[in-house]
Amino acid sequence: MSTITGFLTDSTLCIGCKACEVACKEWNELEADGLNWTGFSFDNTGALGHSTWRHVKFVEHAPEVGHGGNSPDLASWTFSSDVCKHCENAGCLEACPTGSIVRTEFGSVYVQPDICNGCSYCVVACPFGVIQRNKEDGRAFKCTFCYDRQKAGLVPACAHACPTESIKFGKLEDLRMEARERIEDLHRRGMEDAVLYDPVDTSVGGIHAFFITRGDPRQYNLPPQPEIPTIYAAQGWKSAAIGAGVMALGTLLAFLGGRK
Amino acid sequence: MKSTLPKERMQVTDPDPSFERESRLDAIRLQALQTGRVDGFGVRPSGSPIPVASVETGYYGIHMLKEPQWSWEIPVYFFVGGAAGAAAVIAQFAQMTGADAELVSDARTVAAIGSILTPALLVSDLGVPSRFLNMLRVFKVQSPMSVGVYIVSAFSPSTTLAKIANHLRGDHSGLVLRVAESTSGLISALFGLGMATYTGVLIGATAIPVWNENIDSLPIHFALSGLGAAASIIQLMGNEDDRALNMIGIASALGETLEGVKLEAAAKPANQPLKKGLSGIITRVGGVLSGPVPLVLRFTAAFASEKRSRQLVRAAAAATLAGSFFTRLGWIRAGHASARDYRQPLQLGAGVQNSKGEHLHS
Repeated sequence: MSTITGFLTDSTLCIGCKACEVACKEWNELEADGLNWTGFSFDNTGALGHSTWRHVKFVEHAPEVGHGGNSPDLASWTFSSDVCKHCENAGCLEACPTGSIVRTEFGSVYVQPDICNGCSYCVVACPFGVIQRNKEDGRAFKCTFCYDRQKAGLVPACAHACPTESIKFGKLEDLRMEARERIEDLHRRGMEDAVLYDPVDTSVGGIHAFFITRGDPRQYNLPPQPEIPTIYAAQGWKSAAIGAGVMALGTLLAFLGGRK
Repeated sequence: MKSTLPKERMQVTDPDPSFERESRLDAIRLQALQTGRVDGFGVRPSGSPIPVASVETGYYGIHMLKEPQWSWEIPVYFFVGGAAGAAAVIAQFAQMTGADAELVSDARTVAAIGSILTPALLVSDLGVPSRFLNMLRVFKVQSPMSVGVYIVSAFSPSTTLAKIANHLRGDHSGLVLRVAESTSGLISALFGLGMATYTGVLIGATAIPVWNENIDSLPIHFALSGLGAAASIIQLMGNEDDRALNMIGIASALGETLEGVKLEAAAKPANQPLKKGLSGIITRVGGVLSGPVPLVLRFTAAFASEKRSRQLVRAAAAATLAGSFFTRLGWIRAGHASARDYRQPLQLGAGVQNSKGEHLHS
């Protein structure tokens, strides 16, 4: 029996209460981000980071009936709780030179804090900009998919706290099916712009935390073509071989020609 | 889609604005009395918070990618490692072709100093420096960081050993020391080739658009930059007249000039940080100092008097060294600017194509 689990975050059900953010911080004992106003929306968190493993995005549209609000005068809102995507092929995991980042039995991508030495190569290897180094601590951190809770047979803290079941947790295969059914249902009910974000056709090969959004996923900072950067390494080494060859041959010729 | 509602609200249609606003208060009061609630969201002055989302601006223009978190040690590491690696190659070929012993010794010195500095810089940049050895508990061929750590780990001791053997040989010309120098020198040169090129692969195989876009040329670019820097330092140690080093200097300057022209000509949106802003200035200064400046100086030196020629070569060497450092610094800074541009990973902006090659915006 497969133990692979996943998240389905359904933005059509999210009410922007941030219970997931609070639950995540409390359970994982993450530091507070401070009371800073971003000044651009009610989203005062901004982005995922070393101390923010769940982040509710506030996407505001012009008034549109049925799109987050029912009054023609009220701006319509959609919210979406962002999280580490736990990629099928993970850029951070491939790039990690210490083997600190591993794949767990639940299929999630986990950073072992006792191994990480803070080289921060994973930071530039993540195509979703999720993982980040904590400057004071020195190590890199991101969502653990509540590995400790899952080990104990519990649901991750964010999914447990979510009051609208916008964050669903379960077996990956079941969730994928549920997501497809939900999209069909939403389309039937007139929300034809509802889409499932799960980049299966890229080198990432699909994600274990997928999202249902309305409209273009790019409004939620979800990239259309995420790629794991290590697929370019072969190209790079080829170029390095050419560079090394030019260097060796050039130096040899210079010294042979430079002899009087 | 951009809402025009806030603007309409601000427009005054009534000849007496105060009257319209006053009557609105009455309307609110009436509605509150009749229905127990009030519709409407008040006035939104321009410039107020809560901009309206649109695909063109991504998520309010907030960049999705994280900026690189390397500190000052890394651009210095790239520069020192590149120069030291190339110096090891120069030392080995110089020795094998029977070049001047002084030159070989100087080249070995440059390589050895660099080979001691590079691991120190690398460890110092780590978030937890005491855990450096964790990088040697696994070898991951798919991670350029992992491969690079092993290159440094092999380069550093072999290069230091080659210098020690070379130094001792000066006094006693024993067979053991000769074999020790040639063996360690060969290993040092082999991994020196890696030192001078792998940093290009390291930053190229990342999600940072400006680095990733140039992965095919970065290792060659860095190799030429390191080679020029190595030849220049060795020349400044009293080998200004060496023809081989001068030829290497000219070749490097020529290659860097061509690379500069190529980068300037490429109209890729991802390359903007190499031309605009502070990172653009640093990269361009680095390019001019590594390419055209030493090229002209070295050519002029070929036709000048002996004393004048030496001065010109020294100037060319100094320019190349500065240029090599600014090139590395410029590329790192460009990576920061590139990560801050929300448009690239979302495939937005003029001239940006999607995966099917279609232009998203004209």
